[in-house]
Amino acid sequence: MTARRRPAFPLALLLRAATAWAVALLLFFPLGWLFLTAFKSELQAIAVPPLLVFSPTLENFHEVQARSDYLLYAKNSVITSVLSTVLGLLLAAPAAYAMAFFRGKYTRDILMWMLSTKMMPAVGALVPIYVLAQKSHLLDTQLALIIVFALSNLPIMVWMLYSHFKDIPPEILEAARMDGTTLWQEVRLVLLPLGMGGIASTGLLCLVLSWNEAFWSLNLSAAKAGTLATLIASYSSPEGLFWAKLSAASLMAIAPIVVFGWFSQKQLVQGLTFGAVK
Amino acid sequence: MAYLQLRGVEKFFGRHRAIKGIDLTINKGEFIVFVGPSGCGKSTLLRLIAGLEGIDGGTLELDGRDITDLPSSKRDLAMVFQSYALYPHMSVFENMSFALKLAKVDPAVIREKVERAAATLNLTTYLERTPKELSGGQRQRVAIGRAIVRAPKVFLFDEPLSNLDAALRGQTRVEIAKLHRELGATTIYVTHDQVEAMTLADRVVVLRDGLIEQVGTPLELYDRPANQFVAQFIGTPQMNVVPAGQLPPGVRQLGPQAAAQGAIGLRPEAVSVLPKGLGTVDGRVELVEALGAETLLYVRTAEGAQLVARQSERTRLQAGDDVSLNVATDQAHWFDSAGRVVQAAAH
Repeated sequence: MTARRRPAFPLALLLRAATAWAVALLLFFPLGWLFLTAFKSELQAIAVPPLLVFSPTLENFHEVQARSDYLLYAKNSVITSVLSTVLGLLLAAPAAYAMAFFRGKYTRDILMWMLSTKMMPAVGALVPIYVLAQKSHLLDTQLALIIVFALSNLPIMVWMLYSHFKDIPPEILEAARMDGTTLWQEVRLVLLPLGMGGIASTGLLCLVLSWNEAFWSLNLSAAKAGTLATLIASYSSPEGLFWAKLSAASLMAIAPIVVFGWFSQKQLVQGLTFGAVK
Repeated sequence: MAYLQLRGVEKFFGRHRAIKGIDLTINKGEFIVFVGPSGCGKSTLLRLIAGLEGIDGGTLELDGRDITDLPSSKRDLAMVFQSYALYPHMSVFENMSFALKLAKVDPAVIREKVERAAATLNLTTYLERTPKELSGGQRQRVAIGRAIVRAPKVFLFDEPLSNLDAALRGQTRVEIAKLHRELGATTIYVTHDQVEAMTLADRVVVLRDGLIEQVGTPLELYDRPANQFVAQFIGTPQMNVVPAGQLPPGVRQLGPQAAAQGAIGLRPEAVSVLPKGLGTVDGRVELVEALGAETLLYVRTAEGAQLVARQSERTRLQAGDDVSLNVATDQAHWFDSAGRVVQAAAH
């Protein structure tokens, strides 16, 4: 880690601050605009020039709840993201344990191969997965989404857990074995307490990814198992755009995860940069 | 009586044969030290005994029972790791009681055993702390405490002192020796430090390239090394080994015929430095190391060999002075061209 240097001129400092602010505003702008639009009427929403000062209304939110059952979609989102995260952790943790502590000749290759599956566009697997879901009568069910979310996040989960586990000195697990632990005791009494930080941040990240996942929920679910992503999509209809309602629906969809992310951001950042900065 | 018996033990890492068929008998209560240069296989051999690595050939018997394929947890051995390997999320008490708790020992008995071990190791006031609140030396004592509360069949130490500073290392070494005397437990101790090997061991096993070079008591190894490797590995400063060709004819003739193409080995105390002309080998002082209690003189002979002489008297000699050496040929070790001893020193 390099020490932070004090810039030589105040001008450099000013430029740096201005750039940082510009980038931050650029990233924040769509969200801010979304937020504003959600509280406008449809007419105000399409006004040119755009209105910055207006009297806010909650009408869009009532409309969204009246036209489509927000709570149903929200419930689906909660259930699919939580259960897919749990399922993913149950599959990823043993894999990461094996690769971190019992390295073989091909461990590295297997890790690379796992990650490479993430390079393939999801649409490439759409037809087979759709057919599989259809044949097993899982279309528009939460179960289908849980399984697909968990599997699509699995490579990232294995990688993250692997890099966390690799930072646990293997002698500690060996000491536990010498002390007489069974495999299950070794995992429960030593590995899990030591790896809890990594498991938590991996879980948090996957929760966010599953919540935001739109491709599979749009293609595999509809009115029954649809998540909030499908709710948003239903407001961008071909006949006429309803910017204000779309914004309200989007805001309602992302609000829970943004709040959740806000409170867990320390864990999340720590998880994503683990091993990189220490 | 054989307590721990290794027969033809082998280990492969991929195609590399790391341990090449080790036969070794360890008696009950013995303190055995595995010593050798890095990469010689001493730690691997310990891990094979511990069950942390699988044995690829041969058998391992403990107390009359074949444990070759038994997992570590069933072997009833305790190990002290170089990195201490304490459980960071547990207090000192929990660290030391972990194995007993797993074995479902009565909590009152556990408390008594842990407290007794803590008292022996001066850890009583630290029982509620976590490892990160302890110094290196204290952590090492907790690691030792974790091993002794279990009263295992064999203690395994993997370079336990190499993370400590020099003063603490000496102190802990003495404590380990004392502990062994009190407990009388069979112990296998791995180190690359020959001082630890010499001071702690009942018997030392010198390893090189996955093979045993020699097994013996510390003084046996010092006085009667089986070959040039052991001779030079044991003892500081190293034994002087001079190729026969660099010896004056007068000295060379004293050795056996087989050493004619080999070398002569002389401990630094078998070489004495005399004023020029009074000894058998002429040379020039290259370096003087005055250590207080003893003085080491590095002398280059006229034939080009460098010899170290150890003497207890202080000296006025300086680098560059011409001297003469007297070598105690009755204390010489003669090696053949393959480095095997053909004639040992008379002791």
